[in-house]
Amino acid sequence: MKFVIYFILILAAAAIWQLVRVVELSAKLKGVDPNKVTDKDNKLNSRLMFLFMIFLWIFSLWCLFNYKDRLLPVSASEHGIDIDWLLNFNMIIIWIVFLVTNSLLFIMAWKYYGRSDRKAAYFAHNNKLEMLWTGVPAIVLFVIIFMGIRLWNRTLEPADSKVRIVEVYAKQFSFTARYSGDDNKLGKANYRLIMDANVLGLDSSDVAGHDDVIISDTLFIPVNEEVNFRFRSQDVIHSAYFPHFRAQMNMVPGMETFFHFKPVVTTEEMRKITGNPEFDYVLLCNKICGAAHYNMQIKIVVGTKEQYEAFMNRHTEFLPAEKTAQVK
Amino acid sequence: MAADMHAHSELHAQSLEHDAHAHHGHHDDHEHHESFVSKYIFSMDHKMISRQFLITAVIMAVVAMVMSIIFRLQLAWPGEKFAFINAVMGDKWGPDGVLDPNAYMALVTIHGTIMVFMVLTGGLSGTFSNLLIPYQIGARDMASGFMNMLSYWFFFLSSATMTISLFIEDGAASGGWTVYPPLSALEKAMPGSGLGMTLWLVSMSFFIVSSLLGGLNYIITILNMRTKGMKMTRLPLTIWAFFVTAILGVLSFPVLFSCALLLIFDRSFGTSFYLSDIYIGGEALSQSGGSPILFEHLFWFLGHPEVYIIILPALGLTSEVISVNARKPIFGYRAMITSILAIGFLSFIVWGHHMYVTGMNPFLGSVFTFTTLLIAIPSAVKAFNYITTLWKGNIQFTPGMLFAIALVSTFITGGVTGIILADSALDINIHDTYFVVAHFHIVMGVSAIFGMLAGVYHWFPKLFLRHMNKNLGYLHFWLTFISAYGVFFPMHFLGLAGVPRRYYTNMEFPLFHNLQDINVLITVFAILGALAQIIFLFNFFYSIFRGTKSSQNPYGANTLEWTTPMANIHGNWPGALPEVHRWAYDYSKPGEEADFIPQTVPLRDGEEDGGGHH
Ligand code: HEM
Ligand SMILES: [Cu+2]
Ligand SMILES: [Cu+2]
Repeated sequence: MKFVIYFILILAAAAIWQLVRVVELSAKLKGVDPNKVTDKDNKLNSRLMFLFMIFLWIFSLWCLFNYKDRLLPVSASEHGIDIDWLLNFNMIIIWIVFLVTNSLLFIMAWKYYGRSDRKAAYFAHNNKLEMLWTGVPAIVLFVIIFMGIRLWNRTLEPADSKVRIVEVYAKQFSFTARYSGDDNKLGKANYRLIMDANVLGLDSSDVAGHDDVIISDTLFIPVNEEVNFRFRSQDVIHSAYFPHFRAQMNMVPGMETFFHFKPVVTTEEMRKITGNPEFDYVLLCNKICGAAHYNMQIKIVVGTKEQYEAFMNRHTEFLPAEKTAQVK
Repeated sequence: MAADMHAHSELHAQSLEHDAHAHHGHHDDHEHHESFVSKYIFSMDHKMISRQFLITAVIMAVVAMVMSIIFRLQLAWPGEKFAFINAVMGDKWGPDGVLDPNAYMALVTIHGTIMVFMVLTGGLSGTFSNLLIPYQIGARDMASGFMNMLSYWFFFLSSATMTISLFIEDGAASGGWTVYPPLSALEKAMPGSGLGMTLWLVSMSFFIVSSLLGGLNYIITILNMRTKGMKMTRLPLTIWAFFVTAILGVLSFPVLFSCALLLIFDRSFGTSFYLSDIYIGGEALSQSGGSPILFEHLFWFLGHPEVYIIILPALGLTSEVISVNARKPIFGYRAMITSILAIGFLSFIVWGHHMYVTGMNPFLGSVFTFTTLLIAIPSAVKAFNYITTLWKGNIQFTPGMLFAIALVSTFITGGVTGIILADSALDINIHDTYFVVAHFHIVMGVSAIFGMLAGVYHWFPKLFLRHMNKNLGYLHFWLTFISAYGVFFPMHFLGLAGVPRRYYTNMEFPLFHNLQDINVLITVFAILGALAQIIFLFNFFYSIFRGTKSSQNPYGANTLEWTTPMANIHGNWPGALPEVHRWAYDYSKPGEEADFIPQTVPLRDGEEDGGGHH
């Protein structure tokens, strides 16, 4: 079988080879350079350029209309709504630029194909035109820059200290959540204290940590309440990516990073919006971190305040064995 | 001041001319005694070195392309068995024809490294800077033929080391071409971070040496060895592009070297430049106080200029190919030079846009957003100038011209998505997704490959004295152009749906299940595109030996390389060096019989140089 395939491939290559030679030799006999571009070639390729333009329109717009319903659903966070708005605004601009400039290019290529009886125009520069296409992009870009920076600063403004702090801790290849408890303070941690029973390396001598709650299968957050995530990593860089909330922050060993946002759509509501009764929010790892990078995730649930409290009551506070021992 | 410098360099050029001339005569006598080794292997001739770079790069490109087909098969049909995968990867990395997850990571990493560095940096600059700088400025060779030879051999060592690293026990480096520590620093983090990563670093060190030797040579040659009359403002845009590229390389590669050196220390000597507070493999590491973010800053201080090191030569080649084949002067020559310089400068102050979500200070993020978006202005100017160059042209659709036009298209398409990514607020949600993969493949990968192919088709007569087959070229072009868009355009939508890059499979997330048909479409186009390259390879190697012989100036071009005889002789010109009297772009000048006036033709009485009017 394999042999047959190789055989056919070799035959095909030989056939092309011979064909090329025949064409080149016959042209040589006629005394013309077979690889010199002719008027016929120019016409053919200029038409193909035009067809390519049509292909590009159809293909790009087909992608857009065919795929647009499979993109992320409406933002589940407050700032995400602004991000989506700005994204759409910029998208409209770049779609227009993409279609118009590409079309201009292909139309030029189609219209001005070479003919032996023609000569090109001598047009080396024109200050007005050049000012035009320096100035217009500059103005548009300044608008884009201004709006982008404004939203960026608003989104990343440090959170108020009253905002609930939740830690997300990463290691190859899982996430663990730690809630700060009633005092809204996370207890200290030190990587040298890490062991099987104390994956986060919590320091039990810090009383602030005694009411911390560690949960490793679900990240539960109440709706309509700002939450300030603190990220840490045990081994390599990971990235906490919340696609539905338009949020992302790298998790860097040796460093604490933060991102805060306000979820505004519960899991229940999002199930209705997406028409998918099995829908779940998810936090995924978005920085290459090893062989199982493709499967590093934790489920996120956004619920009402009551649901949140019920959920938290089902989980116990941080009372590691060694700590209880110490206290005694 | 400018005039001063000019006079000075002209003097220089003259004295060099004398030297080179004497030297040259000497060579002529001895030409026949040249041994095989000094002619084909340790050659110091810029033309031979150019061919060595090109052929090495073509081979490396094939390796990297086959890798991409393997991982695309896995992404489109995860877990499916492919005899092809087993045949290429063997039983260890492709048992039963299913790609191993670690092997996937290694393939992605080495694919990216080879494409970015070996093919599009070494291959592109190495081939065309070497070929065209002496030719187009009217010099007999590079300033230092010996350094130039070393530059190639370091490049060869680098390519060979990278290739060998694929065959070692634990697999090649697998932390992504950006090799962020701690992942790349700790063997316990992934198998590829052991010997594989060591070889990666060795290979990159060779590469940096090669790049610096080459770059310094290019800069010195352009500054000092221009022939009489070749003012900086008469240089073809190709040379301007190579010049700025070389400067970027010389300024940024040393930073990559320090970046890599510190990583080597962390890996082998227990230092903690990049490491802190790490617990891995059941053990708390003693290193503390370092920061992986430091690595990212150093890496991207090279990394961003690097992307322009890749695209500027491609744009330079395109400028020349478009102008020659449109039979028109390049539109806005001075604006093009200004744009190249502006891009070169700005490319050094935007690196932070790769790090918006590393926890950087929001103010700093704002600054990088601002500088990054500024780069879009000179880029836009270039695109519009290309389009205007075609306007009212008399376009000769050589395969080279087709690729040059296609480059303008992909440069636009990839450039506009850069505007989204540059916007820090928007980057939060698309950083490290397939949107980024789509962006940089179109704007850098595809565009630069197109520029390189345009160069190969166009300058094949100067490389191998023959033509490549035109009709195979057309077939190759159209299939490649369609598949390039077919592969990379849909990727934007994967990114907007939240799909992260560097995932072995997307099937672990129900969220992505309904996107699988997009992955299949992409892979089908990727296979089509790869098959189209077989046509190119055939045409390339066939034409080296059997292609039709080219005449001396087959396109009717103005630049100096077409005034050399159709033989690869030492010193390029058998007699005196040509003297330059005008800029390179007098095509279809009104009142002239021919539609081109070579740079060696003196200005007529009252004729203005440089396309100037009003
Ligand atoms: C209009 C001009 C451009 C802008 C505004 C722009 C902007 C950006 C931004 C902001 C990113 C980071 C995205 C992220 O990681 O989240 C990026 C990535 C990238 N860009 Fe561009 N870009 C432009 C042109 C180019 C050009 C001309 C090239 C290459 C020749 C290029 C190559 C790349 C590469 C290779 C990456 C990805 C690096 C990686 O993470 O592996 N870009 N671009
Ligand atoms: Cu991870
Ligand atoms: Cu960049």
